[in-house]
This record gives sequence, C-alpha cells and structure tokens, in this order.
Amino acid sequence: MYGKGLKPLSIATVAMLALSLSLVFFYAPLDGDQGFIQKIFYLHVPLAMTALVGFIVGGIFAIAHLRTNDRKWDAYSYVAIHISVIFGVAVLITGAIWAKASWGHWWVWNEPTLVSFLIVFLLYATYYPFRYAIEDRDRQARYASVFAVTAGAFVPLNFMAVRMAQSLVHPRVFATSNGGLPGSMMLTFLCSLAAVALLWTTLVKFELTAKSASGQVKRLRRALDAPATGGNSRIAPEVS
Amino acid sequence: MTPSRAAFAAILAKDLRAELRTLQSLPAMALFSVTTFVIFRFGLDRTSLSGSLAAGVLWATLLFAAVLGINRLFVAEREEGGFDAIRLAPIDRSVLFAAKVAALVVYLLALELVAVPIFAIFFLEDAAGLGPLVAVLLLTDLGLAATGTLISSMAVNSRARDLLVPLVLLPLAVPLMIAATGATEPLLSLGGPSYDRFGTWLTVLGLYDLIFGLVGYAVFDFLLED
Repeated sequence: MYGKGLKPLSIATVAMLALSLSLVFFYAPLDGDQGFIQKIFYLHVPLAMTALVGFIVGGIFAIAHLRTNDRKWDAYSYVAIHISVIFGVAVLITGAIWAKASWGHWWVWNEPTLVSFLIVFLLYATYYPFRYAIEDRDRQARYASVFAVTAGAFVPLNFMAVRMAQSLVHPRVFATSNGGLPGSMMLTFLCSLAAVALLWTTLVKFELTAKSASGQVKRLRRALDAPATGGNSRIAPEVS
Repeated sequence: MTPSRAAFAAILAKDLRAELRTLQSLPAMALFSVTTFVIFRFGLDRTSLSGSLAAGVLWATLLFAAVLGINRLFVAEREEGGFDAIRLAPIDRSVLFAAKVAALVVYLLALELVAVPIFAIFFLEDAAGLGPLVAVLLLTDLGLAATGTLISSMAVNSRARDLLVPLVLLPLAVPLMIAATGATEPLLSLGGPSYDRFGTWLTVLGLYDLIFGLVGYAVFDFLLED
C-alpha cells in the first residue's frame, strides 16, 4: 500500500533533477570568484538542508509514534533518519571537495555550518548501534523514538553553539544563500532544492514500500509454514 | 509534602546512601580524573596550563570521568528490581528522572570538589578564576546530568550498556562542552581571569539545561513502560 503513487513521484523526481542539472550547467552564470567549482553549491547546500529537515521530520514522526504507539510511525522515523544519514555522507563529501577547491584544504574548522553538520551527523550515526543494542522490538521502537526526539531538539541548539564558538574576528568565509545571490543563481538553487527534496521523499517512500513488501512476504511465508529466507534485520523496524 | 516530592526525596536519599555505603562510582571517577591529568601532563608535555589548553584539559577530563558515573547510574535499579518497584509505586514516573538527575548532579559536584582543586594545584599558576568557575561547573553539571540520565536509563536496558553511554552521550555533549570551555577559557587565562563573553556562554549552558531537562521530563515516561 506504500507503493501507491511511487511511480509518478519517481518520474517527477527524475524530471526535476534533469531540469535543475540543466539549469546548473547551462543557465546559471559562472561564479566570478570561484569559477566552475562553485556549481557544487547547487548540490551541497540542498543536500544539507534536506538532510537537516529530514532529521527534524524523523523527530516529528517519533513524537507521533510515542503519542499513538503505532509502529508505523517508528518505521517512518527510522526511514527518514536513515535516508538523511545517507544524504549526510554526501554533504560531508561534497563539502570537503568544495573546501579543497576553494580554500585549499579538505577540512576547514572555521566554517561553522560544516562543523555543526559534522557533529549532527556523528550523533545520528550512533542511531544504528543504538537500535542494534536493544533486542526487544517494542522497546527498541520506543527508545529509538526517544533518541529521535532528543536528537531533533539537539540540532538547532548545536548550530547555535558552534556558530557562537567562532571568535568574532573571524568573518564567515562565504555568504549564505541569500547573501547577494543574483536572481538566476537563486532560481537554479531553488530548483535544485526542490529536486533534492523530491529525491529524499522518493527514497523514503521507496524504502517504506520495500520494507512493507518484505514484511508481507514474511507473513505469507509464515502462514504457509515455509521457512523464511534472507536475513532478518535487527535494527530496521517491520512495516505492516 | 506532596507525594511526588516525598518520592523524589526518598529516591535521591536512597541513591546517595547507597553510594556512600558502597562507594562504587565516586572514588573511581576521582581517581580516573587525577590519572587523566597526569596523562595530559605528558601528552601535552606541559607543566602548567592556561587559557584554552587549561579549559580543554579540565573539561575533557571531567566529561570522561562523568561517563564512568553515568554508566553505573541505573545499574542498581536494573539488577535489584528498582525499575519494577518504581512502576508499581503510585507516583509520577518523571519523579525518577528528576531524582536521578539530582543524584548525578551531586556525584558530579563531589567529583569536581576533588578534581578541580587537584587540577589547580597541578597546572594553574593562580587560582583566581576558580571562584566564577563554580557557576560554569553548576550549569554544565545540570545539562550533563539531564542528558546523561536519559541516555543511561536507555543504555542500561540494552545489550551494550557500557558502549552506548559514551557513544551517544559524547556527541550530545558537544554543545555543552563548547559553551563550558568557552566560558572557562578566559577565566583561566594567564594574566588573571577576564569575563569575555562569560554571560553569553552561561546563557547557552542554561538554554541547554532547560531544553534537555524538558525533553527528558517529557519522554522519560516512555522509557519505563513495559
């Protein structure tokens, strides 16, 4: 039942990605200062924003799980965090490439947004061993939701603390997206953001569909008394 | 006295009495911190510290020593059936959270009562910054106790108890450490304490305490259901 609407959503995602990529390469002007490498901005920043929003969304699903005690929400929360962590890896890699190209170093400690993102990523990376360490399925779901809520509250606080830790003499190295971005760049950026957000949604929906299908297969096998095949994940929640 | 307050006082008194009689956490935490200072002495090859190095050594040591105590915070509840007793008692479950946070704050203050003077004797040239440091210690302990209690209560019911607390707590404590070291650094600077952005950092610490105190209070109920 999760598969409903997956096809049009996928088509919309591919179309949007194609549109935003063609805008990035053929429409958006070359950055006068950084040249071609600045185009990674259209991938890096939307990925980071989507991942952060995804973490928060995972926390909101977790609240829904704690309130309703419906296992469906735990699965939503798990998948949202899972996809956001994967996006997070991409954010750190694209960030490192951009840093190397424009500042000459793979990692720059005085760029607060990137450092904050690393800390948030490190926290969410512990979500997997955390789930894995709790055996009872109900308890695992509840504890994972508590984790997601706590970590969701942590995200804005962490950004604030890291931003403040920059000594005041250090100016921000590059301006944020609306810091004097010309209209054509802004349009390209918004298109890329929409494309990446659509990609996130599609992946979440796809993952939920896959989980739900394998859960149904397992139930049917059990009903037929056939032995289950394939590994049984100990961390991923089951979806009905 | 309301039932919640009575329960809070009873759990806190039970914890402190048990710790006083068994001494299973505090001496280990204190000993660990002193040994860590010695390791930093050779690791950094410095005989005196000031400013950011002093703040970093002090807070890294206190954080890791705190992890030792946080690991053991709920072990007695789990092994001696304390969780079942709390579930049976006609009290609000958040009382257990509040009492454990209070007990952990007391442990941390006791640890700092030993570790900070020793740190000062080992590394500091003048101890004038230690007075205002008390405010930083208090606020940081509160935040560390709130997140520590939350993580510890979950970790104790898992297969990897000793692993989960440091794993999850350290990233959660990063903003706390940023603010604590930020406030401590000017206090321990070489030319006597200064108060550069002291109030701002205390505000951040207070905000962290408030947010994670509220989060812990709100979600703790779900951790005791079974």
